Amino acid sequence: MFSFCSDPSVLDGWRWFACYLTNGKHLTAYLSFGTVMALLAITAPTALLFGFGGAVAARSSFGPLRWFGKGYTSIVRGVPDIVFFLFFVIALDQGFEWLRHQALCPDWTDPIRQGNDFIVCPEAKLPQSSAPQWVHELYGFFLAVLTFAIVFGAFASNVLFGAMAAVPQAQLETAAAYGMTPRQTFRRILVPQMWVYALPGLSNLWMILVKATPLLFLLGVEDIVYWARELGGTKGSVFAYPHPDWRIWYFTALLVFYLGLTSVSERVLARLQRRLSHGQATAAGESQRREVVA
Amino acid sequence: MKSMLLGTVALALTASVAFADGHSTVRMGTEGAYPPWNFINDNGEVDGFERALGDELCARAELTCEWVTNEWDSIIPNLVSGNYDAIIAGMSITAERDEVIDFTQAYTPPDPSTYAAMSDGVDLSGGVIAAQTGTIQAGYIAESGATLVEFATPDETIAAVVNGEADAVLADDSFIRTAIEANGDLMVVGDPVSLGGGVGMGIRESDGDLKAKFDAAIQSMKDDGSLNELIATWEVSSQW
Repeated sequence: MFSFCSDPSVLDGWRWFACYLTNGKHLTAYLSFGTVMALLAITAPTALLFGFGGAVAARSSFGPLRWFGKGYTSIVRGVPDIVFFLFFVIALDQGFEWLRHQALCPDWTDPIRQGNDFIVCPEAKLPQSSAPQWVHELYGFFLAVLTFAIVFGAFASNVLFGAMAAVPQAQLETAAAYGMTPRQTFRRILVPQMWVYALPGLSNLWMILVKATPLLFLLGVEDIVYWARELGGTKGSVFAYPHPDWRIWYFTALLVFYLGLTSVSERVLARLQRRLSHGQATAAGESQRREVVA
Repeated sequence: MKSMLLGTVALALTASVAFADGHSTVRMGTEGAYPPWNFINDNGEVDGFERALGDELCARAELTCEWVTNEWDSIIPNLVSGNYDAIIAGMSITAERDEVIDFTQAYTPPDPSTYAAMSDGVDLSGGVIAAQTGTIQAGYIAESGATLVEFATPDETIAAVVNGEADAVLADDSFIRTAIEANGDLMVVGDPVSLGGGVGMGIRESDGDLKAKFDAAIQSMKDDGSLNELIATWEVSSQW
């Protein structure tokens, strides 16, 4: 990074730290903060979408759809996260490759399952084994987003299901009395009003999601906790920058990062809750109305 | 949600058509946390004895190789699932592992494992001993009557002893010596124990071609003495 970094062994004091903190490994670690933020930014809306779909399905009057919605939430909520991240992802990856195998290699005669091995034709590999490393990483990231979205979607689905049931019946009856169709009632009355009931549950999920990113390493995506462990660990003389066990410092930096992230989230969520309560037939909505009147 | 999944499948079906014609690259999976065998160097690249060995083997077998790191816990499932083609991660050849995957011939001879502790006179047969999950050392301690505490990474096993959480740690001799060098308070204790059948590369059972190529390359390095030179440079084990 800096011109004086060429021989780390002769450096001392701040120069050593300046070089140490800007070596290739640290730069990769700084980038992983971006990976985590990108994961959160993509996963949260996707999970909410899955959750909304699940909740709507679970409320459906059409039997199979309702069973699907209920089954999705109960099964996924009941399976430990680590099982999902160790085995489901491998199964998902194999599922994609199996589909591609069927589509791309119809003439392939060897069995796909040979003992413990899972063999598809080379064209069906995902990503191709000759693909550059970043494609593999992007694919891993994509699997991570999908898995997180499925897991957190199931929890969000239950939260939204409860929130939909919490909207006062009188509101829905009034809508019907005004001549709205069930579809209109759903869109104009139920969905806008349910968020205020859903937000506390959803904000819990968001906080858990923020802290769940170390599960990423099980998928081969290197997140900030992986790097804190890797960089902080004792470095012997095979490394250019040897140092004793410094994990406490790296994890302290993570602590600050996570506390900052959660405290910003809390402030945003509190503001959102206030906004959603506005004009609602809830205690919070009522007290807001009184403030304005007084 | 359904259209989302369908969209995903469609994406997956089309995404890599562009890469379809390139010839196969052999992906080498390692842990990257076990110096001097394999570790991530200061530039963020895989380095160590197995990096040097793997690059040489690939050159001799005329293969294009690419390095990937994977958590130790899931290193075998990801191999059989085809996420990489070979494990080269200081993995000892054992009968249990051999049931799931195949091994090339060993590239380092079976070497004793060593205990390290903060002070002499630790009770190795009845005390609390740290080892990495899923290693031959963990299996040995579990059967020895001592209390086993397992950790996901090698580094944590050393930290457990330094913090007093465990009385001693059992690992490959070269790793213990590297750790002692980095941490002056540790010392070798007790007698070394002989475990495992040497370290080899893990290959899928169905991948006989690749196994044969690496076997031949390892044999040629054994024959011309370059493997012994490499072992001496990195001080990972005894020589052939």
